Amino acid sequence: MTTQTTADVRKTALNSTHRRMGAKMVNFGGWDMPLEYSGILSEHEAVRTRAGLFDVSHMGEIEIRGDRALDLVQWVTCNDASKLASGQAHYSGLMTERGTFVDDLLVHKIDDTHYLLCVNAANQDDDFEHIVSHNRFGAQAENAGDRYSQLAIQGPRALEILKRLTTMALGTIRYYHFTFGKVSGVQCLIARTGYTGEDGFEIYFAPEYSEKLWHDLLEAGANEKLVPCGLGARNTLRLEAGMCLYGHEIDAETTPLEAGLGWITKFDKGPFLGSEILAAQKRAGVSRKLVGFEMLDKRIGRDGYPVRISGHEVGRVTSGGPSPTLKKNIGMAYVPPAMSAPGAQIEIGIRGQAVPARIIALPFYKRPR
Amino acid sequence: MYPADYRYTKDHEWIKVEGSLGTIGITDYAQQELGDVVFVELPKVAARIKAGESFGSVESVKAVSDIFSPVSGEIAEINSALVDAPEKINHDPHGAAWLVRIKLDDPKEVSALMDAKAYQTYVDEKAQEQSA
Repeated sequence: MTTQTTADVRKTALNSTHRRMGAKMVNFGGWDMPLEYSGILSEHEAVRTRAGLFDVSHMGEIEIRGDRALDLVQWVTCNDASKLASGQAHYSGLMTERGTFVDDLLVHKIDDTHYLLCVNAANQDDDFEHIVSHNRFGAQAENAGDRYSQLAIQGPRALEILKRLTTMALGTIRYYHFTFGKVSGVQCLIARTGYTGEDGFEIYFAPEYSEKLWHDLLEAGANEKLVPCGLGARNTLRLEAGMCLYGHEIDAETTPLEAGLGWITKFDKGPFLGSEILAAQKRAGVSRKLVGFEMLDKRIGRDGYPVRISGHEVGRVTSGGPSPTLKKNIGMAYVPPAMSAPGAQIEIGIRGQAVPARIIALPFYKRPR
Repeated sequence: MYPADYRYTKDHEWIKVEGSLGTIGITDYAQQELGDVVFVELPKVAARIKAGESFGSVESVKAVSDIFSPVSGEIAEINSALVDAPEKINHDPHGAAWLVRIKLDDPKEVSALMDAKAYQTYVDEKAQEQSA
């Protein structure tokens, strides 16, 4: 949901609520968003052990409609949307002609002639223009961010909390599926998706109900100590889960094959933007690969720090920081494939010093099932 | 809030002087801005420190903050308890979570720093800029 206020900073419908409730705010990709409420560590722990509530209304929504909606989605994204059933969603990439990322996104199939794309806040206008410029199918594309607020309730107790506000059979919604129904009397798209590595839901609804749903959810989860969370915890949670963040692990210079996202790159679905280049890259092999690492002493390898192997700089840390759940410092980085095996020793350059680290398998954290 | 017998820098360090010894830490405003502190890097005892130069760092989940010395001198003692419990900086920044003790070259250097009242005004202005 976008409300243009001052010159540059965009605000969600809950902006004044966040300020009133004492959130520490931060400019995130041009959006004035909560960085933290009670603190990143306690919010992170709440999501891993109970539940947390995130305002993610800055995320963009783009709707594709028409008889050839699927053709457009298939042409601009790398995953195979023809495999989606109505009420199902998947993770995908919006591709350039070079097979790199314009953005990463969730594709929701509402029905055969209607798809809802959830895209990154800072990219939504570029994404929309990109999709429109490649729409040779006569599909209708709508940049619909203004019509939606989005809340994410995440954590092992999210299901039982959300159940209290709806008569929908939430337990029967499988992971990466969604349904339409009322939450606290408000019509919502209720998706069992998330960006934390936990079970949970992301709900989409008209912005005028933002305040009501925010407060009703917090009240419904009071016994479970559901806490409001900011983007700080969202980042540490997704990092532990080994999930990519646009502008960090993926961007217009990286391909899904390099980023370990071969599983969303479906060559057998027919041609799509960049598919020939990606197929050639797959045949020849990638020249760099995204890996996870753990620091071997107490120092923290952060975003942008150089990665060295045997004294030679081979890349940069894409995201790095403390893992509150695993109690160690972790990160992701691109390294040459020959040096990407778990167990390999690397060094992170931290203020002029080479600090030892070790490559480990992704994801760092997998929730117990 | 801010102890009256401490002096303060614009970078949000405090110093308490007793004789020729100064105890240095970061202010409550600084720890709030940083958020959860997870790592502290301190200098070695006997290291020479110059006023205005970085002698260590405090890292939170999100950020790295250099610590700048309010004065020149020699490190006499470091608070090694912070190495295993850096979160103390969030809980008691003006007390138990002091960072270093320094033998002052020139105790008069301290008089150029802000007193508690001036520092309070300084951080109030910062807070106003942020909410604007």
